[in-house]
Amino acid sequence: MTTGAARELTEPDYLHAGHSVRSWLLTRDHKRIAVMFLVATTLSLLLGGLFALLVRLELLTPERTVMNAITYNRMFTLHGIVMVFMFMIPAIPTVFGNFLLPMMIGAKDVAFPRLNLASFYVYLLGSGLTLWAIAAGGADTGWTFYTPYSTTSPTAVAPIGLGVFVLGLSSILTGLNFIVTVHTLRARNLTWHKMPLFVWSIYATSIIQVLATPVLGMSLLLVAVDHLWQLGIFDPTIGGDPVLFQHLFWFYSHPAVYIMILPAMAIIHEVVCTFSHNPPASYRALAYSSLGIAFIGFLTWGHHMFVAGMSILDSGIFGVLSMFVAIFSAIKVVTWVATLRRGLITFHTPMLYFFWFLFLFVFGGMTGVAVATSSLDVHWHDTYFVVAHFHFIMVGGTLTGYLAALHYWFPKMFGRMYPERWAMVASITVFTGFFFTFMPQFLLGNAGMPRRYYSYPEEYQWLNVLSTGGASILAGGLLLTLLYLLVALFKGPRASRNPWKSRSYEWLAPSPPPVHNFLEQPKMDRGPYDFHLPEV
Amino acid sequence: MRKILFLPPQSSTMARELDQLHYSVILVTMLGATAVALAAAYFILRYRKSAHRGTLTPDPDPTRTPGGIPYWLEFAFIGFLLVLFVTWWVIGFRQFVRLEVAPAGALEIYVTGKQWMWTFAYPNGSGSNAVLYVPAGRPVKLVMSSRDVIHSFFVPSFRVKKDVIPGRITTMWFEVPQPGVYPVFCTEYCGEGHSTMRAQVVALSELDYSARLEAMPRLELAGPAALVTTAAGQAPGESISLASMGERVAVTHGCMRCHTADGAPHIGPTWAGVYGSIVTLTTGERIVVDEAYLTESMMDPQARLRRGFQPVMPGYQGLLSAGETGALVEYIRSLRDTPADARLSPLAPAGAPPVELPQEAPGQVRSGLREEVVPEPLGPVQPRPDLPPYAPPGTDPGTAPQPGNRQEVPR
Repeated sequence: MTTGAARELTEPDYLHAGHSVRSWLLTRDHKRIAVMFLVATTLSLLLGGLFALLVRLELLTPERTVMNAITYNRMFTLHGIVMVFMFMIPAIPTVFGNFLLPMMIGAKDVAFPRLNLASFYVYLLGSGLTLWAIAAGGADTGWTFYTPYSTTSPTAVAPIGLGVFVLGLSSILTGLNFIVTVHTLRARNLTWHKMPLFVWSIYATSIIQVLATPVLGMSLLLVAVDHLWQLGIFDPTIGGDPVLFQHLFWFYSHPAVYIMILPAMAIIHEVVCTFSHNPPASYRALAYSSLGIAFIGFLTWGHHMFVAGMSILDSGIFGVLSMFVAIFSAIKVVTWVATLRRGLITFHTPMLYFFWFLFLFVFGGMTGVAVATSSLDVHWHDTYFVVAHFHFIMVGGTLTGYLAALHYWFPKMFGRMYPERWAMVASITVFTGFFFTFMPQFLLGNAGMPRRYYSYPEEYQWLNVLSTGGASILAGGLLLTLLYLLVALFKGPRASRNPWKSRSYEWLAPSPPPVHNFLEQPKMDRGPYDFHLPEV
Repeated sequence: MRKILFLPPQSSTMARELDQLHYSVILVTMLGATAVALAAAYFILRYRKSAHRGTLTPDPDPTRTPGGIPYWLEFAFIGFLLVLFVTWWVIGFRQFVRLEVAPAGALEIYVTGKQWMWTFAYPNGSGSNAVLYVPAGRPVKLVMSSRDVIHSFFVPSFRVKKDVIPGRITTMWFEVPQPGVYPVFCTEYCGEGHSTMRAQVVALSELDYSARLEAMPRLELAGPAALVTTAAGQAPGESISLASMGERVAVTHGCMRCHTADGAPHIGPTWAGVYGSIVTLTTGERIVVDEAYLTESMMDPQARLRRGFQPVMPGYQGLLSAGETGALVEYIRSLRDTPADARLSPLAPAGAPPVELPQEAPGQVRSGLREEVVPEPLGPVQPRPDLPPYAPPGTDPGTAPQPGNRQEVPR
């Protein structure tokens, strides 16, 4: 069945269901909301990437290259804030979660379509506030807002804090919506253990979003209250405790790391199974390890504070708990690799991204175990080693997962195929760029270069030059991707209903899907990975 | 291996040992990531669609058995990882404990971080900016606080780092076997000058170190600035210990109106023997009196009030400079071996007029107050046996009377 066939049906596909601007802006269709989120988060990625390039450009030389220290401090702060709160946390759940989660459980939409649209506008509001604050001078606190620096900084910390607060609200709304959707809107016959693994991981993510994000909101509010009414919560000059802020901040922001990586894992689950034409080596291992990561993730925040004057015992406990996260991740890695075995593997761009994901995730994850080893972290803490570590696992993981998803579901979302050759070239470029951006940063961290340094001793220069070179390649790869996908959006060959021969439920719908997703209610009498049965 | 990983020289006594764990962890990391990638690459090649027998197998191929690995293998692998990680953790945590706990008798130096400069105060009362002088071959304990935002003191060559936090005292220690110069970075983002907030640790031989300390300017305690690098009013080479400066500060700021140095009970707790003792708070909590508690009690006396005393002391936040605070703490430390001659001194009524300075009447016992002793199971003051007796810092090792004092730590 092709799109051409779908066109003839009475119900138009969701892209053609209305052409007015109003039909997009006031839509309650989860697919259209997903596409709007795709546009918004892509713009955020470009903006955050621009800040990153400016940071890397400045670090080409040990002293001033193109900007002064104040501007540099604003650049890395904005890079962090835009990338974390406007791209990595929302991107995969709001785009692919929104688009696919209802289809994967055989539903027509999410449980609360209006709330879904509200979440988008709340996101826009939060982003708008943040952008306005950026235009008004930006902030120079780093994305971590550590007190008492953040309460004394003269820059626009308050509007950015408010922006992040509002973005958090959007995150909560989306998470809540997904949880209710999974519980209430599963199609008849679709038991929990027949759900595609994507749903499990997004579900785990949503739990973290709903439980952890309020704490971020509270901490930001407490900072504001402390600042306005001198309550002395975090400000040491009036009896507050600045380290308390770090505890509260990381209580959200460490689980937030799993908000970023779990959705990427969700995508990898689907990509691995589809392209190896194999059921997962262990469905339950993959499903439960997602929940395990979400749970243990709440108990590890203290590993950000080994040298912050926390008690020795606390450091030990947080260290060993952090390692358990690595165990759950290792379960996933082993299961993915095992799924490949005896497969019938077709190699397309999403699979290439899976391969990059695997390397970056395992290397980044193992360095995570390394920094959880308390005595070693004393040297690495707040150096470029940590920067490299979290970029490998968080950014490497999320970005490769995101790109895998973009290619894998592009035919379903837009009814067109992307150009395979260009995609392969871009994928290799992205990985090469990524590798050369962050590998030197591990070594810089070993050598002792602290993060957030505007100027640095000369012996660190050549590794910095290498890193900046890598960043330019990475940017090139991403721009190329954007370019050919935009072309493919209009000129790409029409996609069939199920080009990858997946057995998952979203492929039962035409490409692109009609407004109500399925032409007839799917029966769900088989599993999403029943590759031993012929295609429907 | 150290050079391949770009690690700085191993210039502290702990560095070599830490690096050995570092090597093993990083090697396993690199090998693990490579092995997983290779395994995946092998499977992708081996089981690619075109490699299956015949030409293109029909999809689905009923003869194909789905992949997967045996459960026992997966569990064995996870078990292996668990053992590996926990081993690292055990080794790492033991090292961490040693990194955190300074050996008894370490030479203490006060460190103050401020935007964007490090200042150091030595036990003999001298001070320096941006250069920390330490004796080689002797453990050095840094007692650190910040005057504005959070900073972090990082010496890459020593593999040590600790945040320096306003309103708190943090400590770190290291021992440098060889004389040399080692760079220091601030590693907690602190504003515009963060990356220029650098310093050096200069390790000197014992002789050079003493000479260097003598030649350094003294702390100026009168002014608001904690550490003024002029020796105004001070004869060159005249040595005044930090503790005796603290005594002067105590008189200047009127501390002795309520506290005593000889153990006599008064409005506030006596300072005699209080350092290192275990005291009970109004909350019932029992704590060790250390630098952090002493500093907190000066800045925010009611935060953790000792049982049996009225909340009458004003906070000295902003009234005492960092240097004065350090000197006072040093003075109270110097009284640690003075026996407290009363079990507890309760209160004079709140707002009581200041009584005569206890220094002017040493040894005077206010017997009227002794009857009001509140029995306390532990007793307010218990010198801890594990602490070495106090010797005034800067004492010449040859003339120091007490055996086993800090100067005689083997170097």
